[in-house]
Amino acid sequence: MYKYDEIDQQIVDERVAQYRDQTQRYLAGQLSEDEFRPLRLQNGLYIQRHAPMLRIAVPYGMLSSKQLRKLGDIAKRYDRGYGHFSTRQNLQLNWPKLEDTPDILAELSTVQMHAIQTSGNCIRNITTDQFAGIAPDEVIDPRAMAEVMRQWSTFHPEFALLPRKFKIAVSGTQQDRAIVQAHDIGMEFYRDTENKVAIKVWVGGGLGRTPILGSVIREHLEWQHALTYCEAIIRVYNLHGRRDNMYKARIKILVKALGIDEFRNQVEAEWLHLKDNPNTITEAELARVAKHFEAMPYESLPAHDASFDAAIASNPAFAAWAKRCLHAHKTPGYRAVTLSLKPHGKAPGDATSEQMQVVADLAEQYSFGELRVSHEQNLILADVKLSDAYAVWEKARASGLATPNIGLLTDIICCPGGDFCSLANAKSIPIAEAIQMQFDNLDYLHDIGDIELNISGCMNACGHHHVGHIGILGVDKDGSEWYQVTIGGKQGNDASIGTVIGPSFAADEMPGVIQRLIDVYIKERTDEERFIDTVRRIGITPFKAHVYADKAVKDNKPEVAHV
Amino acid sequence: MSNLILNNQIVEDEWTVVQLPKVEQEVRMQAGKVVMFKLTGENTVTAEQITNTQVPATGKVLIPLSVYVARKNEFTSRLANQEVGIWLATHEVIDSLAAVETDLNVFPLIAVYVERFADGRIFTIGNLLRTRFQFKNTMRAFGDVLRDQLFFLKRSGFNSYLIRADRSAEEALHSLKDFTQPYQGAVDNSQPVWRRVARSL
Repeated sequence: MYKYDEIDQQIVDERVAQYRDQTQRYLAGQLSEDEFRPLRLQNGLYIQRHAPMLRIAVPYGMLSSKQLRKLGDIAKRYDRGYGHFSTRQNLQLNWPKLEDTPDILAELSTVQMHAIQTSGNCIRNITTDQFAGIAPDEVIDPRAMAEVMRQWSTFHPEFALLPRKFKIAVSGTQQDRAIVQAHDIGMEFYRDTENKVAIKVWVGGGLGRTPILGSVIREHLEWQHALTYCEAIIRVYNLHGRRDNMYKARIKILVKALGIDEFRNQVEAEWLHLKDNPNTITEAELARVAKHFEAMPYESLPAHDASFDAAIASNPAFAAWAKRCLHAHKTPGYRAVTLSLKPHGKAPGDATSEQMQVVADLAEQYSFGELRVSHEQNLILADVKLSDAYAVWEKARASGLATPNIGLLTDIICCPGGDFCSLANAKSIPIAEAIQMQFDNLDYLHDIGDIELNISGCMNACGHHHVGHIGILGVDKDGSEWYQVTIGGKQGNDASIGTVIGPSFAADEMPGVIQRLIDVYIKERTDEERFIDTVRRIGITPFKAHVYADKAVKDNKPEVAHV
Repeated sequence: MSNLILNNQIVEDEWTVVQLPKVEQEVRMQAGKVVMFKLTGENTVTAEQITNTQVPATGKVLIPLSVYVARKNEFTSRLANQEVGIWLATHEVIDSLAAVETDLNVFPLIAVYVERFADGRIFTIGNLLRTRFQFKNTMRAFGDVLRDQLFFLKRSGFNSYLIRADRSAEEALHSLKDFTQPYQGAVDNSQPVWRRVARSL
């Protein structure tokens, strides 16, 4: 993975000093609450329900064992001994003290980490596929470009204060796993007809209050122009994006208002001036960064391992885990391993300090000392030998990291919700936990098969509910918490936004509602059909009919005690 | 004491900012309905305001962009004396000034007014003035200008900053040096770091 040189280190160190000074000025009353807000946000510090929340950047989801140990250590000393991995592949601490944050950042800088631009109206952490570099369907490893873009976007002076947050995802696979269509800019790397690396550029996608899938602004962009083309897009947005209404301020609203053709015209006109400027990426610079992402020193191994096959045959629990938590690898004899942060009945995406230490050790011992965070909020050891899989499983299981539910109903994507987040309308974690307990039967879960259930506590959609096969959105009605259900959303190349099935439900109804959706699927599915396939084939009506069968729709509306 | 920074020093302000007269009712462009998305949700200047703008008869004056464009001929001799500068707000478009003045370097000073700290349009405007319109003279930021914008403003081509009256310009000077070696090429140095220095692996 990328390792800092003295330039990277100096920037991070100078940032710590700058932020320490800003915090001191705020605590001394020299900066007002309003003036400090954009400064602390650009350093990942929110003021939340109970305490500040600090979001630490994990660039494109890559971590070293050393870094994860430090995160575990920080969580223990400055927080309550756990952290929350987010859908942006970052780590959030829920209980740090504001006065401590400069020290936390100083500690992070010792392991080449920071919290720069993890929040605020600026270019955020760039995300990608958690299997980058090892996926068999990968055409281009996008991590070197993601790093080049990370550096370019860090303190970009022209785009320091945009109308709203700005999220970029990059992907280089046949099957998109980075949801490029749901980002402000999505970059899909591919090889063109001349076998050169090119980029298909999407713009104006996003979830949140107004979910929209992105539009293609350019089918073919030579990779050298990635930065200048982004500059053209963001410049048009910076000048003309709305600043009068924060709910209408994302680039998707501008793209929609202008229409993609007019927006493209403006961007292309701007790009004529920027094209070939010094921010044009050189072969040499890309090669320098790409050296950090060269293939690991893999052993030459056969495609099969006898001890692994024997363990699969004799140990059903291991076999069940292997089926869900091992993933294909480019290199024979290796697998990627997902360590589930979704044990039933626990907050999805949370890891304790002790678990972080365990994962750091596992990565060091079995996976070249590196790991990844997925936007599905799990941890991945990308390079595990088949012959080591059993040992990894045993150790992971002993620490509650081996729930064999990856890609299943209880592998729920979930935001922190109303328990922690001051933006939330409703709690999300208790809903996830209740659903996990409703489906706490592994055989049944495996029978239901591949399905994605995403929960957001408000329309900001941190839990990506719009692209969940089943999406749950917390809504506020007359001061009480209700949940709206969508089905038919999907991430990937054939991404879609889910459809609301009807009036919302009370919290205690939710496990039953999910059960009924699953019942319809089980009844209607054909062989090999996943939940999403059935929804797409038969539409939402049968699901709706069953869920609301014994309830007059009006009964679902919250009742106000007038009598 | 002056709160004006020019080229890393605190200097006296020789310029008088000419304000548009207030209007009874503000006219706002309706955001979302303007095809070009210019001026959305912003105050627009009325013809009456332009006519009624009072410009001091002597001294160096910073004139609102809209007033200059409409009343350019009044200022010909003062322009020749280097007494006319232009100020614009962040929603205004430089093209309208460039349409009446092909070389913006006739102005010794162009100032950009930023109403709110969070309004980052000022950075793009600075960039465009320097790179697109080849403006080489003094470029000033004023309004809600605080020390934590300064590094970005400098990199976007500004070389003068009128720090908000309740804050110390002396202290703000420190922020011009927040970072020694920024990553990307920008107006102050078009070379990204990998073209500036040989980076090790």
